[in-house]
Amino acid sequence: MRINISQRKIKDPFVAKVQELSGQNLLACYQCGKCSAGCPAVSQMDILPNQIIRYAQLGLKDELLQSKSIWICASCMTCNARCPKGINIAEVIEAIRQILLRKREDYLKIEELSDEEKTKLPPIAMVSSMRKFTS
Amino acid sequence: MKICYYPGCTLKNNAKNFEESALCSLNSIGVEVEELPRWNCCGTVFSLATDDLIHHVAPIRNLIRVKESNTDRVMTLCAMCYNTLKRANERVKADSESLDKINQFMYREEIDYEGDVKILHFLELLRDEIKFENISKKVTKLLKNLKVANYYGCLLVRPKEIGLDDVENPTILENLMTALGADSIDFPYKTECCGAYQTVNNLEIIAERTYHILTSAQSQGAEIVTVSCPLCAFNLDHRQKETVQKYPEFKNIPILYFTQLLAIALGCPEESLRFDLNYIDPKPILKEKGLI
Ligand code: SF4
Ligand code: SF4
Repeated sequence: MRINISQRKIKDPFVAKVQELSGQNLLACYQCGKCSAGCPAVSQMDILPNQIIRYAQLGLKDELLQSKSIWICASCMTCNARCPKGINIAEVIEAIRQILLRKREDYLKIEELSDEEKTKLPPIAMVSSMRKFTS
Repeated sequence: MKICYYPGCTLKNNAKNFEESALCSLNSIGVEVEELPRWNCCGTVFSLATDDLIHHVAPIRNLIRVKESNTDRVMTLCAMCYNTLKRANERVKADSESLDKINQFMYREEIDYEGDVKILHFLELLRDEIKFENISKKVTKLLKNLKVANYYGCLLVRPKEIGLDDVENPTILENLMTALGADSIDFPYKTECCGAYQTVNNLEIIAERTYHILTSAQSQGAEIVTVSCPLCAFNLDHRQKETVQKYPEFKNIPILYFTQLLAIALGCPEESLRFDLNYIDPKPILKEKGLI
């Protein structure tokens, strides 16, 4: 995959927005990869957690907003617990999700669930999924 | 001892087996439980975005209810409620500006929240106040020869600041099971995420996680896996149906709330165990061990 990096992208307000919503200093990351090594979801991800941080540093907004990974991450907090630089990666991923959700771009389409599934799913599953995947 | 109890939504629905077995156990230990009046859903997940105060309103409102019940601590059973209430509480304790805003938003409440409620998990109550050695003394049916692997999932232990045990290698459930006479089995997937709410629209992930978590426990000889979260329970128990479809060689294993085993050991009647809500029937293995 070819990725173009540029000063323009690095200075995109997207980078500041991610830092503000996540409360994290993206430049603290030194790309050790420990977050990705322990993440249980990497087999389904297209951009790994350490790459998400790197992409965010570089303002690669389109790649991040279109990535599958942001919806695959289940905020399990394993990466946060292990980052030697104290970065909360889960918060950074939440910030990227929020940027989309705040434009009413829902990931979960409740109307597509069958009545059978909706009846079977416990409230804890429905509420948490709506909290994470809808605006 | 009397304790204020916050059930949360799922314990009144799909996880009645969690609630009823816990309440019967508490009764046997001599703890009086008072359900929090007018509780509301905690929101299930702690809001991670820095500016998202509105989603802390639900957990904090519950803490106002706790104060209104003339106590300053509340016990949860559900790991997600525990995590959400405790994190929201820590958040407002560390940030008085947010607390003020949340209080202003809830201006129709009779009192303001002041950050002075303690959130306690049932396991902490057992370990720190009642103490496992005293529970051992109350055991009427030792869980002898029963090999139990304990699954913690994420929210009892992470983040470290609010976790009730070691973040990487918690042992509280193993210690409890040992106190009840069971053989506690260690396995490397005990704090690995089950996929949580991905169960709503991404069953592939859940089947894969359930497969890896449960086969890991089985490879260490586990006959039963315990859980402490209704969402983990749903994924590890009910989603075994999808797990077998994806991995035909997978062998079913019963998933129990730790409170169901506790209730058995403390001699609670079978009605309080509510096995009708467990998907994989635990009765054959429990009968084989002479426990029911
Ligand atoms: S663990 Fe921390 S420092 Fe290492 S790559 Fe991940 S975010 Fe960067
Ligand atoms: S919080 Fe998300 S990125 Fe971090 S380890 Fe868990 S699933 Fe992976």
